[in-house]
Amino acid sequence: MSRRRGGGHAAAVPRSLAGDAWRDLRRSPLFVGSAAIILVLVAMAAVPGLFTNADPRACDLAYSRQPPSGDAWFGYDLQGCDMYARTIYGARASILVGVLTTVVIAVVGSVVGMFAGYHGGRVDALLSRFTDMFFAVPMLLGAIIVLATFPSTIDTPSWQTIGKVVLALGVLGWTTVARLMRSTVIQVKQSDYVQAARGLGAGSRRVLLRHVLPNAVAPVVVYSTIILGVFVVLEATLSFLGIGLQAPVISWGIAISDARAYIRQSPHMLLFPGAFLSVTVLAFIMLGDAVRDAFDPRLR
Amino acid sequence: MGRYVVQRLGQMVPVVIGTTFLIYALVWALPGDPFAARCGDRPCPQNYVDRMTAEYNLDDPLPIAYLQYMGKLLTGDFGQTFSGASIAAELAQRYPITLQLTLLAILVEVVIGVAAGVLAGIRRGGFVDNLVLVSTLVVVSIPVFVLGLLAQVTFGVRLGWFPVTSDGSLYSLVLPAVVLGSLSLAFVARLVRANLVENLRTDYVRTAIAKGLPRQRVIGVHTLRNSLIPVVTFVGADFGGLLGGAVVVEGIFNIPGVGNMIFRGINAHEGATVTAAVTVLVLVFMIVNLLVDLLYAVLDPRIRHV
Amino acid sequence: MRGSTRRGAVVAAAVGLTLVLAACGGDDDGGDDSGSGGDGGSSEGPTGSVSINSTQPENPLIPTTTNEVGGGNIVDAMWTGLVSYDSATGEPGLAVAESIEPNEDFTQFTITIKDGWTFHDGSPVTAQSFVDAWNFGAYGPNAQLNQYFFGPDGANIAGYDAVAGQTDDTGAFVEGSATAETMSGLEVVDESTFTVTLGSPNSLFETIIGYSAFYPMPESFFTDQAAFIEHPVGNGPFEFVEEVPNTSINLTAFADYAGDPKPQVENIEYRVYADLDAAYADVVANQLDILDKIPPVGLAGDVWKTDLEGRSASEPLTTRFTSMTFPLTNTEAWADPNLRKAISLAIDREAVIAAAYGPGNYVPANSWVPPGNDGYVEGTCGEWCEFDATKAQELYAQTAGVQGTLLISSNSDGGHREWVEAACTSIRETLGIDCQGDYDPDFGSFRARVNANEITNPFRTGWVADYPSIQNFLAPLYTSNGSANDGGYSNPQFDELIRQAAGLEGQEALDLYNQAESLLSEDMAIIPLWYDNGQRGWSTNVNEPQFTWKGYVDPLSISVQN
Repeated sequence: MSRRRGGGHAAAVPRSLAGDAWRDLRRSPLFVGSAAIILVLVAMAAVPGLFTNADPRACDLAYSRQPPSGDAWFGYDLQGCDMYARTIYGARASILVGVLTTVVIAVVGSVVGMFAGYHGGRVDALLSRFTDMFFAVPMLLGAIIVLATFPSTIDTPSWQTIGKVVLALGVLGWTTVARLMRSTVIQVKQSDYVQAARGLGAGSRRVLLRHVLPNAVAPVVVYSTIILGVFVVLEATLSFLGIGLQAPVISWGIAISDARAYIRQSPHMLLFPGAFLSVTVLAFIMLGDAVRDAFDPRLR
Repeated sequence: MGRYVVQRLGQMVPVVIGTTFLIYALVWALPGDPFAARCGDRPCPQNYVDRMTAEYNLDDPLPIAYLQYMGKLLTGDFGQTFSGASIAAELAQRYPITLQLTLLAILVEVVIGVAAGVLAGIRRGGFVDNLVLVSTLVVVSIPVFVLGLLAQVTFGVRLGWFPVTSDGSLYSLVLPAVVLGSLSLAFVARLVRANLVENLRTDYVRTAIAKGLPRQRVIGVHTLRNSLIPVVTFVGADFGGLLGGAVVVEGIFNIPGVGNMIFRGINAHEGATVTAAVTVLVLVFMIVNLLVDLLYAVLDPRIRHV
Repeated sequence: MRGSTRRGAVVAAAVGLTLVLAACGGDDDGGDDSGSGGDGGSSEGPTGSVSINSTQPENPLIPTTTNEVGGGNIVDAMWTGLVSYDSATGEPGLAVAESIEPNEDFTQFTITIKDGWTFHDGSPVTAQSFVDAWNFGAYGPNAQLNQYFFGPDGANIAGYDAVAGQTDDTGAFVEGSATAETMSGLEVVDESTFTVTLGSPNSLFETIIGYSAFYPMPESFFTDQAAFIEHPVGNGPFEFVEEVPNTSINLTAFADYAGDPKPQVENIEYRVYADLDAAYADVVANQLDILDKIPPVGLAGDVWKTDLEGRSASEPLTTRFTSMTFPLTNTEAWADPNLRKAISLAIDREAVIAAAYGPGNYVPANSWVPPGNDGYVEGTCGEWCEFDATKAQELYAQTAGVQGTLLISSNSDGGHREWVEAACTSIRETLGIDCQGDYDPDFGSFRARVNANEITNPFRTGWVADYPSIQNFLAPLYTSNGSANDGGYSNPQFDELIRQAAGLEGQEALDLYNQAESLLSEDMAIIPLWYDNGQRGWSTNVNEPQFTWKGYVDPLSISVQN
């Protein structure tokens, strides 16, 4: 265990863990690949016009559910809108909802879980039971309440609506992260190096951030990268009920949920938005793997 | 440890009180009129609305209505749905079915998930690893209603291996349990894999291998056990989620479970129904989590509960 | 408080029942008639068991308080009224009644009932059975959901007001305002005869009393309601056996049923489905015998026609009508009839139906009354219901237009979201204005907004007729004080024509109703959209069942295959 920190590099310039990590990351094919995909997705979200000339809102009922063809690579959806254009334009809302919600739950859950696990005793009891109560609220009920409390009208800017959806999903979504974080912190804090750091008189903040967190974050990263995709689909459930994102906002989730009844006759309606969602999740899973490897002190 | 358990059980009391209040208040805050849907495209007779309002304390301020509800609850009266059916009887009917379904789903996700995670973790980048990755992507991006429908059409209607919908038998719950557990399965497999990969790099594993212990034994006994803490935690949390969150699967396979009861209760603004169903759920959840916390000490002897 | 203890007893009994059922749940007979067919062995009498999809009844199985489909179907199987409607035509015919004689201005009716009718508990069906049941249903403190059928919106029996009580300005019931327990208009003459006096002339009385609110009740109901709710007793072709809450309700053929035709099937299981998709999968796999409505998952792309080849049917329903209503009282925005007409012209009903429900699965409406009803005239809506992009644009240009985005409100469940989106697409493409759906998560939230008159843009309105008559499609919906007049449409001429028509009979009445309908097309405050088609499927275990005028299974037509 004593070899952990910088043991292998008795270099003249003192380097931080982050610096090492960054050097490693740039060489990791996993990281480069995922970063490239994410860059493309971000570009798609920011400037969808780069990828398509078609207007995602120009629809014609006459084309309803027509399969992919030369005119429309991805076919048409139920309303006779071009699926390709809609998939491209759907990236913005979907990625925003997925990423922002994941960030919210990862941060809130980690903080709660870390304190509960590290301090134990009363702090743990209080925070954990608080988590239990939040856990109990059915997602649908919580989301309806949040979104009904801050209703959106047709004039609400879309970033506000997206913010509300993130809030609605995030407010109840953090409990599993908290429990995961708590469990690994409980495990990690028994380790020799944490005990040693404490023994050497390191402040609890320093111990938490420097020693506990890097070693305990792996399960949360795994969970977060997958749940990101789940949030994109969950958003669709809210939209379907009329309380989530509403037209004219376009999202993959809405497209996926619209395809529900038509999977047997028009699988293209599910396939394309589903595939884009898969690729997004894949990119984040890869990124998570790469970042975790880079930051893992044991690999130094 | 005995004291710890007693303490934890004692903590359930404030949580149950807090939860009941929270849920009751949330249902209370739901917008809309609970009786607007009961008479089709015209308003209900005023007599009816008045009687229901009085019978279910819908006119009282929240704290009073809640106290009245809790008063009844303490005497063992769970109240009635707006249709006049006993909530207690409905809970007694639905919870056993939901528990069966949930346990089956947990079994599926733990057995297959851990096995897949171990195989993937041993050989990073191998066939199983990639299979786990692809399956994860598939279940994440295909919503559960589509997965359920496909499974039902394929294995129920076409192949006839499973009953199309639930007939009350345990066997008829197998297919829904697989569908229900599929997403969690992906989480479990990836958690196991990640922790295994990480633990395989630790000194004690290297030491063990260096000492000449067989690789299987190292993985099975030393590493896996240490890797299971986040997995057990996730499964514990998931248990609660599956109990109440199976609405879609229950619908597809026509299983009269708790998820549907909660969903219907929310739609109908039945505070008593939702609160009762969720409270039982929280109790189960807290007991499961207590067991999970106790398991930590078994999995990692360094952890002690004081 | 008294109420809750009484229910406590029911609950205890119900739990006991469930346990017993669970204990003998081993012999699974769901939909399989081979077992039950063998034991009888005779061609006489009802044989076999069938299952029908249902929903959990929302209320106790009491006719005066059952107003939704799940309970309604079971109540209709368990009861027979004075009048019953012909399955195919919806034409009312005498059932328990021997005769119904009106006076010359349709304000008084003398009703005699046939001998030999009994309730399932063996007690006879008498004039008193009807009078007591009707008084119970109308009595305010009983708070029955079908109460209004006895009042001005339905039969309008004399003395209703005193029995029903009053509401104050806010609509709240005034305690103690019900001054009588029985309606003065009901008088029992002898065992089998009673007279009904109405508050106003009503030539449709005979049609209205076929509705389930007017079914008779046995004496036992009035002495012990708790026992009745636990085991309801009717006088119809099927009697109650047991209920497993949220799972099934089982009926069996009533041996002493006095009506005609007799039941052909011995046992009916009304199986509760929370989601119709599950029922669809079951009927495809022959695990459910009769499905009375094909859900979108089957309609989409017409897969039901291949999934259920040779065991499915589709026919137009005469009872359902979907429309879009403009609010006229809470906003001035829709005051211009030309704007309303332009929007109607811009909706390509055929294409909207094709996208939302599958081509041909619904029928574009060009009238406010579905075909098949007496008095239906094709095209009363005329040119305004035909999609015409050019005319729509021309007309729209003459108006002040829609301010901002055109919203269409609806609940998002029940397959409504799909057509609202499609209608908006059609309007957007035609008029070049922005159009979007405005959704509530469920029917309840949506209706709450409608009832509170909060919606200031066009919204969805649907109607399912209570009884087969043109009057039921016009009076409650569009008269100024109609109980289901959601948009606040008010036209004194229309009101007057409806009032006059109620006092006439036959063609004379129909003519007035048609005149009233033509006023609707001048105003276009309510845009007709489509009439429903009913699609249904059945298993290979049963013969093709017939459906009632309402579009549900006629239990008397069910028979198992030999």
